[in-house]
Formats: sequence, structure tokens, C-alpha cells
Amino acid sequence: MLANLTSLERQYALMLAGAVALAGLAMAVVGRSDVLGVHGVIVMVFGGGLAWLVMASFYGPEPTDDRTAAYYDDPIKVGIVLSMAWAVFGMFMGVWVAALLAWPDLAFDAAWSTFGRLRPTHTTGVIFGFGGNALIATSFHVVQRTSRARLAGQLSPWFVLLGFNLFCLLAVSGYLLGVTQSKEYAEAEWYADLWLVIVWVTYFVLYIATIARRKEPHIYVANWYFMAFILVVAILHIVNNLAVPISWGQAKSYTIWPGVQDAMVQWWYGHNAVAFFLTAGFLGMLYYYLPVRAKRPIFSYRLSILSFWGITFFYMWAGSHHLHYTALPHWVQTLGMTFSVMLLVPSWASAGNALLTLNGAWHRVRDDATLRFMMAAAVFYGLSTFEGSFMAIRPVNALSHYTDWTVGHVHAGALGWVALITFGSLYTLVPSLWKRERMYSATLVEVHFWLAIAGTVIYVFAMWNSGIIQGLMWRTYTQEGALAYSFVDSLVAMYPYYIARAFGGLLFLIGAIVGCYNIWMTVRAAPLAALRSDAPVQPAAVPGE
Amino acid sequence: MDFSHETLVAFSKSWGLFYMMAFFLCVCVYAFLPRNRKRFDRAKHSILERDDTPWRT
Repeated sequence: MLANLTSLERQYALMLAGAVALAGLAMAVVGRSDVLGVHGVIVMVFGGGLAWLVMASFYGPEPTDDRTAAYYDDPIKVGIVLSMAWAVFGMFMGVWVAALLAWPDLAFDAAWSTFGRLRPTHTTGVIFGFGGNALIATSFHVVQRTSRARLAGQLSPWFVLLGFNLFCLLAVSGYLLGVTQSKEYAEAEWYADLWLVIVWVTYFVLYIATIARRKEPHIYVANWYFMAFILVVAILHIVNNLAVPISWGQAKSYTIWPGVQDAMVQWWYGHNAVAFFLTAGFLGMLYYYLPVRAKRPIFSYRLSILSFWGITFFYMWAGSHHLHYTALPHWVQTLGMTFSVMLLVPSWASAGNALLTLNGAWHRVRDDATLRFMMAAAVFYGLSTFEGSFMAIRPVNALSHYTDWTVGHVHAGALGWVALITFGSLYTLVPSLWKRERMYSATLVEVHFWLAIAGTVIYVFAMWNSGIIQGLMWRTYTQEGALAYSFVDSLVAMYPYYIARAFGGLLFLIGAIVGCYNIWMTVRAAPLAALRSDAPVQPAAVPGE
Repeated sequence: MDFSHETLVAFSKSWGLFYMMAFFLCVCVYAFLPRNRKRFDRAKHSILERDDTPWRT
């Protein structure tokens, strides 16, 4: 992977890795027996390992060709591999925590494997590990192809990718050791958060600098979504993680936001993490890979602009719907509810735009499972945004909030939309990146598709049932005005659904493992594509065409 | 001027709405301006059928 770096760049890479290792040493010294000390050792090993990798091929031959004549794909390839590795880890943890709910003995009586510590490893593993790496990889690919320019840096793409993975590593290992800020999707502590700020700002600068190099007059809409994702996630991350550590030598910190303000900031962050991390970036993928795979331009470019601005400006205000019936002022709750309902318009505009793009290419959707992944993703995007708007309405929320319905909704979005569009994009990207004719096995893509669909449907239906039963049991009163069911009664009623949910998740995990194998074999064994100057992306051979 | 909670609420409830509407109008103008039609048409076809190398002068 160093073959593309000059000797000077290799020196810088070595210095960077050394600096990271030294920072780790400092953390280990000040942190001592605190978790901060353990994390110092992890950072040291990470930096040292990278330094070792750089040194191993330090004196290898330097690049001789003109590097600006080709796109910079090495970091993208590594990003795809990391993304799939995190997918398997994160989804496995998901199946484990799902099984824990049905069979609590699966915690094996250890502190690190309790539900409260395992659950954030699942959410961080899939959202940041799987989703984040896929976003970084595809954004690097899309921005180069749509701008017709090489990435504006040689080292910075590596810094962004590997630095982000160091953050994920610190976050996940911290949860197992008992570290948490107790903020949903922002559980990692202050030092990891500071590190992510550095990484993320570098990402933003790199992206803007690449766009500035573009040879196209117009910035293609997919880049708008990726830029919104990068910029807004930076803002959200910084504001929500403003915290004061209890000392420089300890991992624990306290947020600067008091009481209900903290709740509002957290859910402004939390909902926009869904909006900009799990939606905007993946819409960027949708607007590039779906037209490319379908070999048809997007149905309406104007509509994509309108829905872009709708999504960026409406989502910002929707967070307070997580705090219905709380100490938050009533009008702020109403504001969040109204914007959530309005969000249906730009969301359905994007989903409709994607489906109408496929109008006229339905035979390809039928024959090509990769394109079907993206079609199903658009359908699930439409379904889960409708469900989300509906659940944000205060009286509906009275029934759904704190129940499994919410969990079902999140997974309709995360499995049905985010994961499906990612797999569709990766199956389009992998053959073109490694210059293969097609994926190793079209049958395995098909198998993955049906495992993913079956898993999602089983999961979501189980959670709908259990959520609504739970919500109704909690609000059923006897004639005397007492609650008819105890909490444990509702828990017993959940039991079959918890098993079904774990099974659905297992199917999805197996699908991801099949995908990993297929990608691996494509890189190793699929026939090389004939050299040809056009068509960046060549879909699998379509029978009957 | 007195910046009470009510003042800020009144400000956000009125101007918060107006600037969103103004913004909406700007976006519509940008999207539907006939002058931009060619630009958008080119953009939407630009991602299809092209070399897989950066553009060179």
C-alpha cells in the first residue's frame, strides 16, 4: 500500500505513526491503572504497528508513473475491507445482545459481557465501524469520479481512514471496560472525542480540497450529500461532546450541559446522527451508485436538489420528538413533531426519485441482485421515513416510546435502508475498483440479498408486534384504575418476539458473512476485466440482454 | 433590550418561520431557473459512460 507514496511522504507517515504512539505512551503514563492507561497502551500498539508497517516497505521502489493520471484507490480498498470486518463484528454483537434479552444467562456472569456494555459495542460497531468506513470509502470514490480529479492528498486519506478506525477501536474497547458518557451514539469519552475532531476536520478539508480540484463545472448532487454529512457530523459531534474530564489522568468526564438542555442537545445530536450519518451520506451513495448500476441518469436532478435542501434544513429541528412528554417546553416538542412530519416530503422525494430512475430498467432489477439491493433500500427508506414521521406525532409516541416499536423502526432504517444500500454500492464498487469483470459469484449476491431481506422482515415484524403489545400492556388499566399488568408480565409476553428478533438478526449476519466471502473471492479469483477506457462500473452480465 | 425567554420564543416563532420560507423560495428559484437546465442535464448524465481516469489537459 506504500507503493504510491514518495520517500518524503513515507517519512511523514512514519513521523505521524510515531507521534500517535508517543501520544499513547503519554496517555498510558498519566492514566496509569485507569481505563485511560489501558487505552494509552492500545493507542501505542496501534501507532507502533503502523510505524512497523511503514518501515517494512520504507525503502521499496518509489512510484515512477505520474500519480495524477490515476485515481487514488488504495485507501478505498482498505476502507471496504475494514467496513466488512466491522459489519461482521457489529452484527455478531447485535445477535448476541438480542439473544441476551431472550436468554440472560448468555452474559456468562461476567461484568464486561453484561447487556449495558455489549449493546453500545453493537451500535458503534455497525453505525460507525460498518457504516462509517463504508461512507469514507464510497465518498473517496464518488468525489474522485464525479470531480474527475484525484484526491487532494497522499497521506491525509490514510490519516482519515485509520484515525477513524482508531476512534472506533477506543470506543468499543472502552465500553467493554465500563467507560461511557451515557449519551446515545456518543458513548465514547473525551480523549476519543478530541481525536475524532482532528480526524473529522482533516476529512472535511480533504473533501473540500478535492472538490476544489474538480474538472466538472457543476458539483454532482451526491457530493452535496457527502459534504452535508461531513460538515454536520463535525458540528454535532463537537457540540454534544463538550465535556470536562474530572482530571487529565482519568477517562471519566461530565458534560457541560445541564438537565433538560443536556437532553435536548443529546437528541438534537442523536436524531441528526440518524439524519446526517445514516441518511445524508447514504443518499450520496444512492445518487451515485444507483444510476451507475442501472445505467440510467437520475429521474429528476431538480427534485434531488429540492430534497437535499429539504432534508438538511428540516432534520435539524426534528430532534425534540425524542423528548415528548418530558420537561422540555411543550412548543419545542410541537416544533420537533411538525418538522418530523414535514420531513416526509423530502424523504419521499428521494425515495421516489430513486424508484422512478429504475422505471424502464425493471428487467435489470429482476436479474441483477446488486441493483435489487438498491431498489429494496429505496423502498425501505420510504417505509421507515413514513413510520418515523408517524411515530413522532405526540399521541402516537405515547404508545410507541420506550417500546420495541422504536427498536423495530430503527432497524427498518438501519438494516433495510442503510445496510442494503451499502451492500448494493459495495457490490458495484468492488469489481470496478479491483478491475474485475464482475463479482466472483452472482448466486452468492442473490443468496445475500434474500438472507438480508428475510432477516430484516422477520426482525421488523417481531419488533412491531412486541412493541405494540408492550405499549398496550403498559397503558391498560383495571376497573379500579390500577395498572392491569406488571412490567414482568409485559416481559414474559415479549419472549417469543425476542427469539424471532435474534433469528432475524442471525440471518442478516449470515448474509453479511456470505458477502465478505464473495468480496474476498472477487479480489482473489474473479477474472480480470478487459482493459477498457470507459465505463467505470461494469455490472454483472445480464442474461437475456 | 430585555432578552427574556418569551422574547426569544417570539423571535424564533416568527423569524424562524420567515427565514425558512425565504430559503425555500431561493432553493426553488435555483432548481427551476431555466438557465440552470443545461447545467443539471449535463450533471445527471456526467456520471455515466466515462473514462476511469482523472481528466487531463
